[in-house]
Amino acid sequence: MIFLTRHEHFNAAHKLYNPEWSEEKNIEVFGKCANTNWHGHNYNLIVTIKGEINEETGFLMDAKKLSAILSEHVCEKIDHKNLNLDVDFMSGKLASTENLALAIWEQILPHLPYNVKLHCVKLYETPSICVEYFGN
Amino acid sequence: MNKKVAVYRKERFNAAHRLHNSELSDTENQVLFGKCNSPNFHGHNYDLTVKVTGEVDSKTGYVIDTKILSNIIGQHIIEKFDHKNLNLDIFEFKVLNPTAENIAMIIYNILREKINASLELKIILNETEKNYVEYPA
Repeated sequence: MIFLTRHEHFNAAHKLYNPEWSEEKNIEVFGKCANTNWHGHNYNLIVTIKGEINEETGFLMDAKKLSAILSEHVCEKIDHKNLNLDVDFMSGKLASTENLALAIWEQILPHLPYNVKLHCVKLYETPSICVEYFGN
Repeated sequence: MNKKVAVYRKERFNAAHRLHNSELSDTENQVLFGKCNSPNFHGHNYDLTVKVTGEVDSKTGYVIDTKILSNIIGQHIIEKFDHKNLNLDIFEFKVLNPTAENIAMIIYNILREKINASLELKIILNETEKNYVEYPA
């Protein structure tokens, strides 16, 4: 078993806001993150896959192909976008880092080769805050 | 002998923005600013470095007390910009495009009034890890 990790980054706007709550309750729970006109982050995405090394190539998976999957199904959809308004796979979800990591997992999973398992999606919202999702 | 010392203070704010010139058409804006023109905004973690240069005060040993510098930046910059939309929430960008260059110049102008005129001031603003600006150049 070997692990392969790819780093990507994207810049996006969002706000933390539960539409079922009043403005006051949103501000009480989410504070400045509920700012009506959005705020934004430089997100750093770290994706780790795992599996056995292919004897013919020496690869677990061609890192360029992993990069292409991340670009097409994640970064191109969210980079320089508004997570609440522009991103189809975040529609109807609270745009927290936790939910975004889960949604990114779901975006990547169907596109991996059969012999490669997704191990971890790690997402930094700021240099001091990150979440990790291992699929369970 | 030059006895000047430079003191640096780093702070961060997270904000949304878009690059857009309202005097140009949507198509011209798209061509000029690309994905940075995205209508519903995007955002950044802005890393701000404030450089203050001057002679060391013989009484305190400081060029400037970094706690005081931090409080000035916190009160006049971070509270104003953090978790805001630069285009919509910040008065100075109602007509000014919020590029890193213009943000740095606005920050300089605000802080210049708050920091003793005998001290030199420089603003370094990282919009991403790879892109940053410095003012005055």
